[in-house]
Amino acid sequence: MIPVRPETDRLIGELLTRYPQQGTALLPALYAIQDELGHITPESMAYVAGKFGVSEAFVAGVVSFYTMFHRKPVGKHHIQVCRTLSCALRGAGEILRHLESRLGIKEGGRTPDGRYSLIAVECLGACDTAPMCQVNDKEHGLLDPKKADELIRSLG
Amino acid sequence: MAYEPLLTRNMKRPHSESIEVYVSAGGYEGLRRVLKEFKPEAFVEEVKASGLRGRGGAGFSTGMKWGFLPKSKDKPRYLAVNADESEPGTFKDRLLIEKDPHLVLEGIIASAYAIECHTAFFYIRGEFHAGARIFQKAVDEAHAKGFLGKNILGSGFDLDVLLYRGAGAYICGEETALLESLEGKRGLPRIKPPFPALVGLYGCPTIINNVETLANVTLIAEQGAASYAGIGRPPKNTGPKLYCVSGHVKRPGVYEAPLGLPLLELINDRAGGMLRPDRPLKAVVPGGSSMRVLPAAKCDVLMDFDSLMAAGTMLGSAGVIVMDSSTCMVGALLNLARFYAHESCGQCTPCREGTGWFVKVLDRLERGEGRKEDPDLLVDVANRVEGNTICPFGEAIAWPVQSYVKTFREEFDEHATGRACPMQAAAAATTKAT
Ligand SMILES: Cc1cc2nc3c(=O)[nH]c(=O)nc-3n(C[C@H](O)[C@H](O)[C@H](O)COP(=O)(O)O)c2cc1C
Ligand code: SF4
Ligand code: FES
Repeated sequence: MIPVRPETDRLIGELLTRYPQQGTALLPALYAIQDELGHITPESMAYVAGKFGVSEAFVAGVVSFYTMFHRKPVGKHHIQVCRTLSCALRGAGEILRHLESRLGIKEGGRTPDGRYSLIAVECLGACDTAPMCQVNDKEHGLLDPKKADELIRSLG
Repeated sequence: MAYEPLLTRNMKRPHSESIEVYVSAGGYEGLRRVLKEFKPEAFVEEVKASGLRGRGGAGFSTGMKWGFLPKSKDKPRYLAVNADESEPGTFKDRLLIEKDPHLVLEGIIASAYAIECHTAFFYIRGEFHAGARIFQKAVDEAHAKGFLGKNILGSGFDLDVLLYRGAGAYICGEETALLESLEGKRGLPRIKPPFPALVGLYGCPTIINNVETLANVTLIAEQGAASYAGIGRPPKNTGPKLYCVSGHVKRPGVYEAPLGLPLLELINDRAGGMLRPDRPLKAVVPGGSSMRVLPAAKCDVLMDFDSLMAAGTMLGSAGVIVMDSSTCMVGALLNLARFYAHESCGQCTPCREGTGWFVKVLDRLERGEGRKEDPDLLVDVANRVEGNTICPFGEAIAWPVQSYVKTFREEFDEHATGRACPMQAAAAATTKAT
């Protein structure tokens, strides 16, 4: 039993031939798995190791190196608040604390209903909109506590 | 004479990211000229003559770097475009990618032609979701119009550009870590030499260039080296530059000007001046978080490679982080130390252990549990990191530590007397993000 849908399996097969060398396809393959499953499960790591002919330990090493690969489920809305200097100077700390109390979770946590997860991340290359956050793949800048509340409400 | 922007010239047009808008404004004419009028080696010479220096951080001559490729062509050559943009305070490449991807792509094609490479990778940081979509669309459009693929514009030159998404790791902006990541591995920097121009991606000769560097190649392709070399402060600081301003200013943003723009003009005119009239300028990081800090009294400098070097710091990525009088410099450095501790790849003991020590000592200084010897301890550890690591990440944290402590010694000593941060009230909300 493979842990992904046939479409994903086919996509990974296609990725294996897309680049001058097969190894290059590993990050795209992990993205494909995460797109389907929401995070990289132990079974999917074993599966992808088999596909690439590398050890599970090698795959686990790669997965754990990159912060965008999740080894446990994140919320439906994965809220990533930038904590680095330019954002901090413009109040990122306040935004993070406000979101913690508003969502009732600590940084690094997920709400019990699986709706939201909250995490502090490093500079997202959008310091001109500080303080800012990224929710899944969308950026939201120039935050203040009121705007952060509106953002949460709009996410539903 | 008013300066006409070059790198941002298209950005005000609606749909500036589309190939139609780009071509209607004369786009891809530079590439046409290069393919028609230059042999590859001749265009390498042209870029050398332009004086272009890399915009990714180190400021190395682009043409010279290309010249390091081996003469023999028995192995394929690769171009890896560095679109990892993760240096805190930097957001210029994002603007180019999102607002004028074809300006970048045209430079990529002309550069690949010059170095005789047929596969280029566009390594974009994973968090740039919109940027990746926009750039992939640009690549597809360029294919459809014959600017990419086989026999580009009838020249016989072939090129494919493969977009590759990173997955969240600052260190992958370091060129050899980027190559490891492109090979599907952990992004651990390689020991140099050998340099990537000889042994790079898949063991083949590889050139790594920054996004903004390649956008500048488009300008050279269009107007020629002689005209380009007249922009900025020739002979060694030529061309236009994108400056990123963030922190305590009224209008944070990306501003274009020739190399050599006065820093105070950038802050006070372009970026609208200080955020609050009651809080004057205290310090500026001129080139991204890895560069040495300038106190307000030393901010009367020009923003170019050599002027900032003379001022004891570097242009780096031109990420200008402005801090006003409310900023606690211990807290600011702690914020950065946490960044570097998190991002160290862990290969070298001085870097891995040193970054941990910085966080520990700075954190206790902020909390009022510091010791009298802590400021010296910080510098001592930084001195042991500097020069003793595989990649320049070691310097990227050692330099800030050394310079913050040296420049703001009194503030560090005050923290070391055993009382918590004296600026707590003003600073707590700003510098303690986690
Ligand atoms: C820790 C570290 C991070 C770096 N991050 C980036 C980056 O995000 N983008 C970039 O273009 N260069 C970055 N660089 C510089 C690259 O190693 C390389 O010098 C550059 O991409 C070369 O391009 P250029 O000659 O066009 O400037 C980084 C270097 C180090 C040591
Ligand atoms: S200096 Fe730091 S980031 Fe660079 S290779 Fe060594 S441990 Fe890794
Ligand atoms: S510091 Fe937050 S986006 Fe750069």
